[in-house]
Order: sequence, then C-alpha cells, then structure tokens
Amino acid sequence: MPESTLDVRHLRTHFFTRDGVAKAVEDISFSLGSGEVLGLVGESGSGKTVTGFSILGLVDAPGKVVGGEILFKGRDLLKLSEEEMRKVRGNQLAMVFQDPMMTLNPVLRIDTQMIEAIQAHQNLGKVAARELARDALGKVGIASPDERLRAYPHQFSGGMRQRVAIAIALLNKPDLIIADEPTTALDVTIQGQILHEVQRLCRETGTSLIWITHDLAVVAGLAERICVMYAGRIVEAGSVDEVLDRPLHPYSKGLIESVPSHNQRGMRLNQIPGMTPSLLSLPEGCAFRTRCPKADEACAGMPSVQKAEGGRHVFCHHPHREAA
Amino acid sequence: MSLLVFVGVNVVGDPVDMLINPEADQAEIDRVIRHFGLDKPIHMQYWHFLTNALQGDLGKSFIFGMPALQLILMRMPATLELAFSALILAIVIGIPLGVYAGLKPEAKVSRTIMASSILGFSLPTFWVGLMMIMVFAVMLGWLPSTGRGETVMVGGMELSFLTLDGLSHLLMPALNLSLFKMSLVIRLARAGTREVVHQDYMKFARAKGLSESRLIMVHLLKNIMIPVVTVLGLELGGLIAFSVVTETVFAWPGMGKLIIDSIHLLDRPVVVAYLMIIVLMFVVINLVVDVLYSILDPRVRLQDVQS
Repeated sequence: MPESTLDVRHLRTHFFTRDGVAKAVEDISFSLGSGEVLGLVGESGSGKTVTGFSILGLVDAPGKVVGGEILFKGRDLLKLSEEEMRKVRGNQLAMVFQDPMMTLNPVLRIDTQMIEAIQAHQNLGKVAARELARDALGKVGIASPDERLRAYPHQFSGGMRQRVAIAIALLNKPDLIIADEPTTALDVTIQGQILHEVQRLCRETGTSLIWITHDLAVVAGLAERICVMYAGRIVEAGSVDEVLDRPLHPYSKGLIESVPSHNQRGMRLNQIPGMTPSLLSLPEGCAFRTRCPKADEACAGMPSVQKAEGGRHVFCHHPHREAA
Repeated sequence: MSLLVFVGVNVVGDPVDMLINPEADQAEIDRVIRHFGLDKPIHMQYWHFLTNALQGDLGKSFIFGMPALQLILMRMPATLELAFSALILAIVIGIPLGVYAGLKPEAKVSRTIMASSILGFSLPTFWVGLMMIMVFAVMLGWLPSTGRGETVMVGGMELSFLTLDGLSHLLMPALNLSLFKMSLVIRLARAGTREVVHQDYMKFARAKGLSESRLIMVHLLKNIMIPVVTVLGLELGGLIAFSVVTETVFAWPGMGKLIIDSIHLLDRPVVVAYLMIIVLMFVVINLVVDVLYSILDPRVRLQDVQS
C-alpha cells in the first residue's frame, strides 16, 4: 500500500449533552491513499458528517474528539495547535458542505470569499489572488467567471453555489477534500454534473476524496473503496464492487436491498425493520442487533472487527458468508 | 401630525396669563391676544400656521420674540452633538460587549454583561443621571455636572468635543443618554452573534482556514450589523427627541432643554416647531437607514430585482 494521505485510527467523537453522552463516532479506523476516492455511507445520524468535522477539527461544543489519531500525511492532526490546524484547513485539507444555500456568506461577494481563502494560506496580492479565483471558477464550469466574481451568493442557483464551494475547496490545491453530501440538496441532473466535475478535477490534480453520502448509487459510480457506517461505527469496509455485490454485514445487505433498482418491478421493496436507535441509548453489544434478522444471544456482546478476503473488514458476529 | 400637535398644544393653558403682567388692564390683554392672533378661531389659526409653515415660517416665539425655527436651530447643534456622542458610545462599547457575550454565552463575564444590560434597560435615565452627578461631580469631583464647557466654532456650529474642557462636560451626559441604547445594542449584538455563529457559512469559512479575527470582524460583524443598524436608526430619532431628560438633568443647553422651558411657559410656536422638526428628523433618519441597508445587505439592492 502506498504512503497513505489520511490514516484515521480508533477515532472517537462524543457529544456531551444534558441527557448523556452521545457517541457519535465510536472507534472508527480507515485509511486513504493518495488520489483515492473513499465513500462513507450510512443513514442520517450514523456519524458520517461528524467524522468529516472531526478530521477538520471543526467539531462544535458540546462535541469533542475524545480519542484516537488522525494521521494526515504523517502528522497527527489532533495534536496540532489551533494555529497549526488553521494552516492545514482549507490549504491541504478542504471540505465541501451539504447545503450549498447555506455555505456562502450572504453579505459578502464571491470574490471576497475566494480571495480571503487564498490569502489565508498564500502570500499573494489581491490581483494575483483574484486571477487564481477566476481560474478556479472557470475550472468548475461557471460561465463568465470574471463577472460572476463580483456577484453575491443570492444571485446564484443552488448548483452554481455548490460549484463555487467546490472551487473554493480546490483553491489551495488540497491533498484531500472531504465532501459531505454535496449533491444531496441538488436536483438529479445537477447532481450528475457536479459528480462528474468533481471526479474529473480530483483525477487531474491527484486529490484524494472522501465522499460522504447516503446514496449508494452515487458511491457506486465514484468511489473505489467504501465504508458503511451505522450508529457511529464502521460496520463494513471494502472495495465498492465487493461490498455492493456481496455485502457481509446484515446492515449493508439491508441498505443495498432497499435501493429500488435491485428489485423486480411491482414487488415490495425490502426494508430494514425498525428505526435507527438514539445515540444516547444504544442497545448493548451490537448496535444493529435489535433490527438484525440474524441476531442471537451472541450479539449482546460487542462484536469484533473480522477480516475477510480482499482486504475487507466487517464488524459483526454473523457476517454473511455467501454471495447475496 | 401637524394638526394633532397644533390642536393639542392649543387646548392646554392660556399663554396670555403667563406672558402678561398681572396688573395689566383688559385693553392691554386684548391687545396682546390680537397681536398673537389668539382671538381667531382655532381652525383659522391652524390655516394661518400651515400657510406660513410651507414658506418656512413656523411662527414667532411668544417669549423671545424671535422666529421659533431660528431659536431651535440655535440649540440644535448641542443636542445633535450629545445624541451622536451617545450613539457612538453605544456602538463602540455595545457591539464588542454583545459579540463577546454571544461568542462565550456561558462565561462569567458574559453573564455579567447581560445582567448589566438589564439594569441599563430598566433604570430610569434621570435617576442614573442624578446618581452620576452625585458620584462623579459631587463626591469625586472628577467631572463637571452642568453646561457645555468650552466650545469651538466649526462651520457655524458650537462643538464641545474638540476641547478638553468641553469633552469633560460632554462625557457624563453622553454616557447617561447612551446607557439605554448601549443595553439595546448589547442585546441585539448578542442575539445576532448567537444566531450567526451556528450558520453553515461560518463553519465553511473556518474550514477555509481563515483566522478567528477575520471570521469575527468580517463574516460575523457584517451579518449582525443589519439588525443593529435598523434598530439604531429608529432609535437615533428617539435619542434626539428624548435627550430632553438628560439635558434637563445636566443643564445641557440643547433643544430638549428649550422645549421643556417652552412647555412650562406655554410658548406654543416653539413647541409646535420643535415637534415638526423632530418629525422631519425621523423621516430623514428612516430614509438614511434604508440607504444603509442596501450597503450592508446585498439582497435588498434594487438592481438585483431586475437580474
């Protein structure tokens, strides 16, 4: 395996709320090589976004990273001072958020918001920074970037704003971009365009990408490897094709079977029974056991990570042995 | 508005009683009444006032015998100086305190700030003014308690804040007048900050690696200025109008003091003219606020409607 860009080891992020400790991210480990695309999949509240924020050091109170290591190009991000971390953020490590309508400051012009991102990390004059910003806008497919630089966010559509956000993320040529459901809030045609755009840009610049989503179809076409998260843990990890074709964890299997395309027309969709448990009151042992068709007494004890062929990992007492 | 004021002022009291020597005979009284036009019915008086007002003549003061407008304009710089000083104090002190309290809502300092702002709201201005005089002027003797002190003429206006003596005279009344507004600004700034820091764009700005100071000074401040400017704009008119109390307490020779004296002496034209000017000011200030809006918030700019 080549020198990994990001190596997350046993990361734990907890939220200390009035009602107790919510273990939003509990002991997750994964790594990501240079130029690799990793899909982080799970339903709402499974800890995908918090994982992303933990890596960037942007977890807001009452949340706190309570354990683990985040090795980014060999440096543990959790040990950096606030100022050192600031220099990494937006520079080597960038993030694109879910809701493009909310990510740009409504009262500042696009050029202001782009130039400040450049000047935060590079010692460049306004004119040079402006040129960089214009080129970046052009790269993400925004027409007449010179004019658009002077516009305000409300003059852009959702898809355009997400392009701007992506352009901002790319400004300082980061080694890794964390994209947190960047296409969820967009309609399907725009979604496709943005996906295509991001894929192309990452390939051109050799940027690694973590794509956080709940949409399996998106991941299938984009990522090389995939981590499935459930209730703060990675329950299964492996290459996209293998996980999607032959899921080992009952949760991954349920997730895949609930996608309409796998189903015959007119048949009822399979769905996972029950609801995501509250992070404040997870069942003991395996968090999925209350909804799992294969659960038995053994599942009341905490499962361990089991290795399977092809570098796959699964967090389960009873992984599927057969092809699904 | 002018009708309301005019009638209201005309039904209270009889200015002639105040003006005339008690020993004057009936012929003398009649002469004075005719001189001021008070013998005519009130709608005639109003019509007379209105036609004159449209030509810029708001009547003559009964007491001083000079045009009311001129009398007020003479006193206006003092009031404006006081009001703007108070406004600046409210902004310069209120916004940093409010932003701090919004950023660290749990801190002891923030709680102290918020508790003090409640005091600022609820303590009556005149009482605080009197207390300030007692402490700083009487007991400590640091600051003078009355008047404007030395003034400098700038562009036809007497200004106090350019001399050290004037500044020391200005400090206490300005602070007194600004306390209420300051509390208001603190609360607005805090509420705005609390709302804005949780917005995605603040997080995104942090994800860009911006420094804390840039985040607060640019991203945060520009967003919270919108409500602050709205309210302060509306309040500036009030600040000018209600400086009456502070001016009375500190014997500040501004419009407020003039109006109080005029009300005591039933000097109708001055009262009416004063209220007309205040109304005009409110209108102008509201217009200025609307213009400021479009500078602060790009979403309300007119040309955007077309695009």
